[in-house]
Amino acid sequence: MSEHIVPVKTYLAVFVALILLTALTTGVAYFDLGPFNTVAALVIAVTKMLLVVLFFMHVKYSSGMTKIVIIAGVFWLAILIALTMADEMTRVWTPDPGPWSNPSLLLPFVSRLL
Amino acid sequence: MAAHSRLHDPHAAEVAHQFEDPEQQREADSLGMWTFLVTEIMFFGALFASYVIYRSLYPAAFETGSHLLEVKFGATNTAVLICSSLTMVLAIYCAQTGKSKSAIITFLVLTMLLGAAFIGIKLHFEWFHDYAEGLVPGINFNLAKYGSGVELFMVFYFFMTGLHALHMVIGLGILTVLVVMTARGRFSPRYYAPLDISGLYWHFVDIIWIFLFPLLYLIGGRYTHGGH
Repeated sequence: MSEHIVPVKTYLAVFVALILLTALTTGVAYFDLGPFNTVAALVIAVTKMLLVVLFFMHVKYSSGMTKIVIIAGVFWLAILIALTMADEMTRVWTPDPGPWSNPSLLLPFVSRLL
Repeated sequence: MAAHSRLHDPHAAEVAHQFEDPEQQREADSLGMWTFLVTEIMFFGALFASYVIYRSLYPAAFETGSHLLEVKFGATNTAVLICSSLTMVLAIYCAQTGKSKSAIITFLVLTMLLGAAFIGIKLHFEWFHDYAEGLVPGINFNLAKYGSGVELFMVFYFFMTGLHALHMVIGLGILTVLVVMTARGRFSPRYYAPLDISGLYWHFVDIIWIFLFPLLYLIGGRYTHGGH
């Protein structure tokens, strides 16, 4: 990481963008976009994350080593979620768990495991 | 810079003996902090992964639960945290450019006030209110009124926002230490690593909230209710 002083102007521009994106994500939620409400929320959240990471956390000016460590972390998170979901969504053989707060409904589950 | 010998470096005292120069030291500081933050990604990641599973199993209950939260407080708190991230980078900027101690301390204290405001809004307007409404699983939950699916959503809500708030409280502690260190004149344009890596932590906590806000408050859109 060569020392890089980011000008205040850049910080202010990123700040304004983050506030506008917060207003946008809140505003979009009041329109019926069907499943695209979730897509829009996530796209905006990822955009905001990138702005914070690249400018506020100076990763744009960081070494390749630091970038690789961060990408590896995010990649591992993607594996965690993707493989867990792949397992969950293809388990046709597990019964629907039903109301989670009723322990007696979990009994058939447990007996199956034993 | 890299070929600079420690013997000829007038600022060698600011560089720990295992490093060649300040640049290498900064690189190691930042990399070490990022390694910690990656473990934090996995820490919160387990919660996000289980959130995804249960939201896919009970989409309707998650939507109903989400609509019980007040968007205006969630959005306000998002803005408060973004402001605190700005004051944090400005504190570091002041240290980098050799501004006065009082300038650094002003921005650090502003960051702390905004952080405290976040927790205040969360506690006073949201959590206490949720308790009164019977929305706190295990402590005061009105199962007859809301049903078990909403109870599950509220478990996620309190776990995720609670863990986030705990990180905020730890962040406030770190900022207090930074204020004391700044007052003692520990930082200069040549050495400000504690400010730098604490900033990384503070922004990371901000990013967690950037995801929590839409995932908890904005599920399925608000168009049917028009908010509260």
